[in-house]
Amino acid sequence: METHIKVARSRTKSQAISKRSSTFKNNLTIFLFIAPAFIIYAVYVLYPIYSTFNYSLYEWDGMSEKTFIGLQNYVNLLNDAIFWTSLTNNVWVVLTSIFVQIPLGLIMALMLFAPIRGIRLMNSVYFFPFLMSTVAIGLLWVLMYDPINGVINQLINLLGFGNIAWLSGSNTAMIAVLLVVVWQFSPFYMILFKAAIVGVPEELYEAAEIDGANAFTKFIHITFPMLMPTIVSSSILAIVGSLKAFDIFYIMTGGGPNHSTEIMGTYMFKQAFVNFNMGYASAIAFLMFFIALIVTIIIQLMDYYRKKKGAIS
Amino acid sequence: MINIMKKISLYIIAILLLIFTGYPFLYMISTALKDQSSFFEKPFALFSSFNLENFVSVFEMGLTRYFFNSILITVVAVGVVMFIGALASYPLSRMNFKLNRVVFLLFISGMMLPIHATLIPIFKLTENIGLYDTLWALLGPYIAFSLPISIFILTQFMREIPKALEEAAKMDGCTHFGIFWRVILPMLTPALMTVLIYNFIHLFNEFIFALVLISSPSSMTLPLGLQDFKGEFSVNVPGLMAALTLASLPILVIYLFSQEKVVKGLGGGAVK
Repeated sequence: METHIKVARSRTKSQAISKRSSTFKNNLTIFLFIAPAFIIYAVYVLYPIYSTFNYSLYEWDGMSEKTFIGLQNYVNLLNDAIFWTSLTNNVWVVLTSIFVQIPLGLIMALMLFAPIRGIRLMNSVYFFPFLMSTVAIGLLWVLMYDPINGVINQLINLLGFGNIAWLSGSNTAMIAVLLVVVWQFSPFYMILFKAAIVGVPEELYEAAEIDGANAFTKFIHITFPMLMPTIVSSSILAIVGSLKAFDIFYIMTGGGPNHSTEIMGTYMFKQAFVNFNMGYASAIAFLMFFIALIVTIIIQLMDYYRKKKGAIS
Repeated sequence: MINIMKKISLYIIAILLLIFTGYPFLYMISTALKDQSSFFEKPFALFSSFNLENFVSVFEMGLTRYFFNSILITVVAVGVVMFIGALASYPLSRMNFKLNRVVFLLFISGMMLPIHATLIPIFKLTENIGLYDTLWALLGPYIAFSLPISIFILTQFMREIPKALEEAAKMDGCTHFGIFWRVILPMLTPALMTVLIYNFIHLFNEFIFALVLISSPSSMTLPLGLQDFKGEFSVNVPGLMAALTLASLPILVIYLFSQEKVVKGLGGGAVK
């Protein structure tokens, strides 16, 4: 009797051990699958974010000893007029995305469903700008904006106006660069909207037609509401997009003239790799990270509530 | 009558948009085909001359080197990303374990990260490991910053693969790696194509890491080299246009041959 119990006990024990060793083996397998990607990601993304915060607490030229100054860099940042200019310009980039790029992308997408010929040509050509490298786009448009030989001034001459030095005037430079940003990124929104339009159920339109709706009312009452989630998330993502903006501004104006096209990306780069104010630049960089983090959290929360609502209804 | 008016206005919008998106390309190519004097005589005439000399001189100035560097680093980085991205996506999408959600979110939130937030530490790290000013300095950052979108696309796709297949393979005594290699990976081709196209185009055009981590022409990638050309060609506009045309050509050719795939790829999983 007792031996039976003993045997039974030792059996459960050995089962527990083998179960534990199998979960250990399982965990090891999971670890081995994820490790290569995670290690590279940790070395080049996660740890650097921490380092950036750490550097931002020091005064440092990148070479000699660091001096700890606490939050002084952030205080200086708040009193730095150029920083505020660049932050404002970032806001302009966001507003341009929301009020120009997204509507234009929507129009482009709608044109692909219009009852006219040449859809295939439009489909190909409208997407071209998004494929070119930003550096090439910048150089191309700098030449097109050229005060003497540029094609844009030629066009303006035809309309009866004098030449404008687009990129060297403080008032015009920002608008000129933003136009190029619109040119480059509208096609991206076009493909997002195109996919969303394809996803609208055909029955809705058929039902509306029976009720006597025309193309315009169909757009207002069916297409537009169905596209609203895409519009909202694209608008929020535009904030992150503006933080990532750098290449086009660096190539076309370098932030000039007189900081009129300075954005956070170009200002951070200048402070870090031209003036070698690595600590100060890190403070700008960490602020950029922080804004992106808040946007990410907002999007996650919106997603969460949308799913919750979907589960209830 | 109203119908005709409507049609006409639609055509006008379509054509205006075609000019807006397409004209800069026509201008670039037609200028590249002009020689200096005909550019100054008639800078705006489209395709008024057909002269390939500019292209030859661009190649002589070292564009080939930049081209080769760009292709090399892009192909290696994208290859590694496809492999280790698929590896990591397998447990993240198909296994239950404690840290799953956390690790997944850590990877995915990288899509929102401005590169600037990592720029100085990566610059210091690259200096410290002695890779500064070599082409391979770009490998780590390129892989790391391509992982979030790749894992996002791959996990989405892997979740759709039926569990039954995996169970059958397990019955036959397959290890997890065996299942991954023989069952999952072969079914993953469409998602891997998306990952390939998205990352190839983005890395081929990448600028800021190259700008910060490379300084000598022999290690430069195409975007960085182009920026360097600007100075050399400040008086020779057709020459610069030839360089821009050549630099844009590979991606445009890929696009024209597999339009649907490229659009889907650049939508990055948002477009199905």
